Amino acid sequence: MSITCELSNLTSKKAKESNGGENWIKKLLFFFMVLCGLTSLVIVVLMFSRKEETGSCNGEEARVLYRHQNVTRSEIQALVSLFSDSDQVTSFECRKESSPGMWANYGVTCSLNMRLEKQETQSYQDRPWNLNPSGLEHSISSEVRVFDNLEQSLVQHREPENYEEGKDWDLSSYLRNTWWCLLLLGVLVCHKIYVSHSKAPTETKEKVSLQESLAQNQQQQRAQTGCRGAGKWRKNILLLGVIAGVSMSVWWFWDTNEKIILKRRETLENMCEERARVLQDQFNVSLNHVHALSILVSTFHHGKTPSAIDQKTFGEYTERTNFERPLTSGVAYALKVPHSKREQFEKEHGWAIKKMETEDQTLVQDCVPENFDPAPIQDEYAPVIFAQETVSHIVSVDMMSGEEDRENILRARASGKGVLTSPFKLLKSNHLGVVLTFAVYDTNLPPDATDEQRVEATIGYLGASYDMPSLVEKLLHQLASKQTIVVDVYDTTNASGLIKMYGSEIGDISEEHISSLDFGDPSRKHEMHCRFKHKLPIPWTAIISSSLVLIITFLVGYIFHDAIIRIAIVEEDCQKMMELKARAEAADVAKSQFLATVSHEIRTPMNGVLGMLKMLMDTELDAKQMDYAQTAHGSGKDLISLINEVLDQAKIESGRLELENVPFDMRFVLDNVSSLLSGKANEKGIELAVYVSSQVPDVVVGDPSRFRQIITNLVGNSIKFTQDKGHIFISVHLADEVREPLNIEDEVLKQRLALGCSESGETVSGFPAVNALGSWKSFKTVHSSEDHNSDKIKLLVTVEDTGVGIPVDAQGRIFTPFMQADSSTSRTYGGTGIGLSISKRLVELMQGEMGFVSEPGIGSTFSFTGVFGKAETYSSVTKFERFDLAIQEFKGLKALVVDRRNIRAEVTKYHLQRLGIFADIVTSLRMACTYVSKSENLAMILIDKDAWNKKDFDELLTTGKETSTRPPKILLLATSATLVERSEMKSSGLIDEVVIKPLRMSVLICCLQETLVNGKKRQPNRKRINLGHLLREKRILVVDDNLVNRRVAEGALKKYGAIVTCVESGKLALAMLKPPHNFDACFMDLQMPEMDGFEATRRVRDLEREINEKIASGEVSAEMFSKFSSWHVPILAMTADVIQATNEECVKCGMDGYVSKPFEVEALYAAVARFFESG
Amino acid sequence: MDALVAQLQMQFRDYTISLYQQGFLDDQFTELKKLQDEGSPDFVAEVLSLFFEDCVKLIGNMARALDQTGTVDYSQVGASVHQLKGSSSSVGAKRVKGLCVTFKEYCEAKNYEGCVRCLQQVDIEYKTLKTKLQDMFNLEKQIIQAGGIVPQVDIN
Repeated sequence: MSITCELSNLTSKKAKESNGGENWIKKLLFFFMVLCGLTSLVIVVLMFSRKEETGSCNGEEARVLYRHQNVTRSEIQALVSLFSDSDQVTSFECRKESSPGMWANYGVTCSLNMRLEKQETQSYQDRPWNLNPSGLEHSISSEVRVFDNLEQSLVQHREPENYEEGKDWDLSSYLRNTWWCLLLLGVLVCHKIYVSHSKAPTETKEKVSLQESLAQNQQQQRAQTGCRGAGKWRKNILLLGVIAGVSMSVWWFWDTNEKIILKRRETLENMCEERARVLQDQFNVSLNHVHALSILVSTFHHGKTPSAIDQKTFGEYTERTNFERPLTSGVAYALKVPHSKREQFEKEHGWAIKKMETEDQTLVQDCVPENFDPAPIQDEYAPVIFAQETVSHIVSVDMMSGEEDRENILRARASGKGVLTSPFKLLKSNHLGVVLTFAVYDTNLPPDATDEQRVEATIGYLGASYDMPSLVEKLLHQLASKQTIVVDVYDTTNASGLIKMYGSEIGDISEEHISSLDFGDPSRKHEMHCRFKHKLPIPWTAIISSSLVLIITFLVGYIFHDAIIRIAIVEEDCQKMMELKARAEAADVAKSQFLATVSHEIRTPMNGVLGMLKMLMDTELDAKQMDYAQTAHGSGKDLISLINEVLDQAKIESGRLELENVPFDMRFVLDNVSSLLSGKANEKGIELAVYVSSQVPDVVVGDPSRFRQIITNLVGNSIKFTQDKGHIFISVHLADEVREPLNIEDEVLKQRLALGCSESGETVSGFPAVNALGSWKSFKTVHSSEDHNSDKIKLLVTVEDTGVGIPVDAQGRIFTPFMQADSSTSRTYGGTGIGLSISKRLVELMQGEMGFVSEPGIGSTFSFTGVFGKAETYSSVTKFERFDLAIQEFKGLKALVVDRRNIRAEVTKYHLQRLGIFADIVTSLRMACTYVSKSENLAMILIDKDAWNKKDFDELLTTGKETSTRPPKILLLATSATLVERSEMKSSGLIDEVVIKPLRMSVLICCLQETLVNGKKRQPNRKRINLGHLLREKRILVVDDNLVNRRVAEGALKKYGAIVTCVESGKLALAMLKPPHNFDACFMDLQMPEMDGFEATRRVRDLEREINEKIASGEVSAEMFSKFSSWHVPILAMTADVIQATNEECVKCGMDGYVSKPFEVEALYAAVARFFESG
Repeated sequence: MDALVAQLQMQFRDYTISLYQQGFLDDQFTELKKLQDEGSPDFVAEVLSLFFEDCVKLIGNMARALDQTGTVDYSQVGASVHQLKGSSSSVGAKRVKGLCVTFKEYCEAKNYEGCVRCLQQVDIEYKTLKTKLQDMFNLEKQIIQAGGIVPQVDIN
C-alpha cells in the first residue's frame, strides 16, 4: 500500500514536472526566437546605415562635379563678354589654341580620379568632344549633357560598389550569424537530449524483467552511473559553451572596434585625398588662368603695335576676371628690361625702376612706390608695368631685386612653365603666400626649344600671388564635414625643413593622413596633412553588441544549467520510479503467487469439506439436518467458484492467461450452458432460449471453456437479476450479418433489428427487453471491415434479459472488478462482482469487445464480439457422435411449430433444424388446423404452452386424424411443468410428450426418440453421472516412474471400475499408445527421467496426426482403424504442483487437461467428465 | 471378546489419531485407505511396502551420491529426492514429505552439510514411520483376529 501511495505521489509529481518542463522549453524557444529577431534587426539596421554613408559620399562628389561645371560655364561666359566688349571676337581661334576644353576635361578627369574607375574616364574620352565653333551654347549644352551622363553613370556605379562592400560585410556578419546558428543548434541539441532522456528510462523500464531482480538491480546501477556520466558530460559541454560564448564576445568587441578604427582611417583618408585633389584642382585651374593671361599679354601687348593693353585695360580686365582666380590676391606683368635699355625704358614710362623693399613690412595702404629706392644697377631688370588694382603698388618695382622673385623669374623663363616660390610672407601683407610666375615670349617658340632659346625669347613675366591660408580656407569651406577634419598644408621641397603654409595645432595627433599635392611645379613639393578634430569616441556599438552577446551567453548558459539540473532531478526521480515500479511489480507477482497458492491451498480442504458434506447428505438425515447440510454444501460450492474467479482474475492481471485454440462446436457449448443453468432458470420461471444463426459454422476454433465461462457468467447474472418473469435469450450471429442490415436473411435478427425501429416488437417471452442494437453500434469490431481474413470469423453474442436492469449511474463502473451496481446489490443478490470484469477481459483476449445497454426496470442486454478461427472441415470435432444415429433417424422429417411469438418459434425451428427436421411456423392452433389439413407426412406438431387452447386443440386432433393415417405426434413445449403435470398430460392421451424448455439437442433427441420410436423406452436423462459410472470398463494407461505413485493411481482408478495398465516411462507409454488405440485415456506424469510427459505426449500427437492425415488422404483405409475418422486419445497430465500452472504448457504439447496428484475425486471427475460424458 | 475388540478398536483409533496429530500422516493416507476394498484387501499394505522399498533404494542412492568425495552429483541426488517426495506425498507420509521439500532446497542450493543432515533425518524419519505403521498394522491384525472390524478413523 505504501508503495502504491509513494508511486502515485511520484507519478503525479512527475507529471507536474514534465508539464513544467514542457512549458519551460516552450518559453526557452520563444525567448530564443525573440533574440534571433532582435539580432537580425540590429544587423539589418547596421548594414542600412552603412549604405546611407556611401550614398551621402557619392552625393557629395556629385555636388563637387556640379560646381566645377558651373565654374567652367561662367568662365566661358565671362570671356565672351570681355571679348564682345573689346570687339575682338575675330581671334576666337585662341580658344582652340589654348585648348579651352582642357580644364573642363582636366577637372572632370580629376574628379573621376577621385572616386571612379578608369572605365568611366574611358567612356568619357570615347565621346567625341564637340569643338564645333558654330555654337558655344551648343558646346556648353553638350558639356551639360556629359555631366548628366556622368551623374547617371555615377548612380549606376554606386550599386556594384555597394555590392562589394556588402561582400566585405558578409564575411564578418557570416561569422556572427554562425554564432547565432550555433546557439540555435545548441538549444535544439539540448532539447533533443532532454526529450531522449525523458524517453530513455521508459525504454529501459520495459526491458526490466521482474524475474531477474538481481540483474535488474545491476542494470539500474549501470543506468545510474551512465546518467551520472551523462550529467558530467553535459556540464562540461555547458562550461565549454560558456567559455566559447565569452571568447566570442571578446572577439566580437575586438573585431567591431577594429572595424570602427579602420573605417575612421578610411574616412580620413578619403576626406584628405578629396581635399588634396580639390585644392590641387582649384590651384591648377587658376594656374591655367594665369597662363592664359600671360598668353593674352603676349598676344595683345607684344603682338600688336601699338599695344592693345595699357595699365588701365589690364587693371580693368584683371579686376573683372578676378572671380576666375579666386585664389590669387593679384596679378602683375613685368617687362624684361636689360641694363642697356634701362634708360630708354625709364624715359618711356616716365618712372625709374625701383628696388623691392623686403625689409619694410608696412601695410599696402601706406606703401607708396615713389618712396622706393631706385633699383641698383644690374644686368637686367624686371619692372612691373601692369598690375591688378589690388597690387597696383608694385608697378615700377623691379621684380629681379627680390630674392624669391628673381629666382622664380629665372626658373620660369628657362622652363617655360609656371613656377612657384617657396612660401614667404607676402609683400605688405601678413599672410604666407606663394608667387606664381609665367614667362612671356615674343616669338612662337618651338615645343622643343632649349633653355637658352627660351631665355632669349623672353620679353616679360606674368606673376600672380597666392594667399595660401585664405585659399585653403575658402576651399575647405566648400566641402562637407569641415567640422570634423583639420587640414595642414606643408611645402616639402626642402625635406629637412617643412614649411607650414596653412594649419592649426588642434586635433587628434594620433591619426594622420598625408596626401601629396601637385601644383604643377615639378621643383616644388607640397603635402597635405589631415587629422580628425576630435579624438576617437568610445566605441559604444562594439561594447553594446559584445556585452549583449555576453549577456545572452550567460543567460543561455544559466538556462541550460537549470535544464541540466532539472534533467538530473528528473532522472533521479525516474530511477526512484523504476525502483518503486520494480518493487510494485515484484509485489504484484508476489500477490499473484500468493493468490494462486492460497487459492490452491483453500481449494484442497474445501474439496474435503464438500466431499464430506455430500457423503453426509447421502446418509439418512431429517429435513432440518438435510437443509443445513445443503446450505453448507451450497456455500462451499460458491466459495470454490469465487476462489476460481479470483484465481482467474489474478491470472489475467498478470497476463499469464492464454487462450486455447482448439476446434469446438459452439452450439454444443451453448447447449451445455443452457442445460447447466436450466435448473435455476426453471426454478425462477424464466424462459431460457438459445439461438445460433445458420450462418455460424458448426465448428469454430477458439477456447471453448473460456467461451463457456463468459456465457455462463452473463447468463448467470441475468438469471440472478431477473425475477420470476420474462426470459433470457442467448443469440449468436456473425458480425458480418449485423453490418449489412439491408440483406439480412436471418429471421431472428430481422426481428431484433425491427425491434429497434418500433418499440412494440416482440420478444421471446413477450416481456419488453432492451434492444441490443445500441451496444452493437458502439462496437468497432462489428463495423470495421478491415480484416476480412478468410480463416477468421467474428461472432456477435447477445444475452438479453428482462431483469431489473442496471441503474444509469452505475453503468460506468459495471466492468470494474469487485464493483457492483451498488452495495445493496451484493446484499440482495450476492456475488462478488468479479464475473463481468473477468468476462470483459476474456473477451478482450479474444480480440473482441463487450458492451451492454440497460434500462432499469426493463432489463439489460449484454453483447460481445469475439474472433474465432474457422475450423478445417476434416478435423471437425464429433463431440456428439452418439447423436449422429439419432440425427440420421430424424433427417427429412417435417414438423409444425405452433407459437404465438414468432421469435420463439424461430428458436424452436432452429433446434429442430439442427436435427435435420424441417419446420414450418404457424401462430395459432386454428391456423395449425388449416395447415395440417393441407399438408401430408407431418411427423410432429410442437405446440407452445402459451398457444395451448383446449377447444382448438381438439379440432386440431380431429383434423390430424382425418387427413393422415399416421397422425402427427403432438409435443407440448413448456417452460416449467412438474412431473405430476407432465404425467397427467401424457396420460390424458391428448399429447405424446411434454418438452421442458430450454430446448437443447440432447433433451430434444431424447423426447423425440421416446415419442417417435414407440415402445423403446429410454432412460430418462441421468441427473448426475458419478465417477464410477464414468470410468467403468474404461481402459486407462497410467504412466509414472514412481512406483508408489503408480500403484496409488492404479488403485484409485481401479476403485472406479477402470481397467488400468501401468508403465513406468515415457518410452514405454509411447509404445503402448500407437494407433489404433487400445486405451480410452492416459494419465501421464510430467516429470520423468529420459522422456518426460510433455515429450511423450508430443510424440503421441505427432503419430496421431500422421495417421489422421493418411486417413484423410485415403492412404490408409479408415476401416483398418475401425470406425473412427480421426484419432485422438485423451492424455491428462498428472502433476503435483498446480501453482506453477503448467496448464498452458500441457495444452501446448497436446494434452487435454491435468489432474493434480494425489488424486482427488472431484478433480478427477471434472477432468475425466469431459472425455467420457459424451462417450 | 467384544470388550477386547472394543478396547483394541479404541487403541487403534487413538493410535491412528496420534499418528495424524504428530504429523506422521496426512489426508492422503486416508484417501489411500479409502481405496482399499474387497477387490484389493491389502492395498494399503502393498503400497506402503512399495514405498518403504523405494525409500531404502533411494536413500541408498543418495547416500552413495553424497559419499563421493570431491564432486557430488547434486542432480542425481535431486532426482532421488524428487522421487521420494512424490512417493511420500502419494502415501501421505507427511513428515518424510516435509523433509524432502527441505532436502530438495538444500540440494538445489548445493549445500552439502544440509543434504547430509537431511539425508540422515529422512533415514530416521522413514524408519520411525515404518515402525509406527507396523504397530498400526499389527493392531489391525489383532482386531481382525479378534473378530472385529477395523474402524473408520475420523480425523479431527
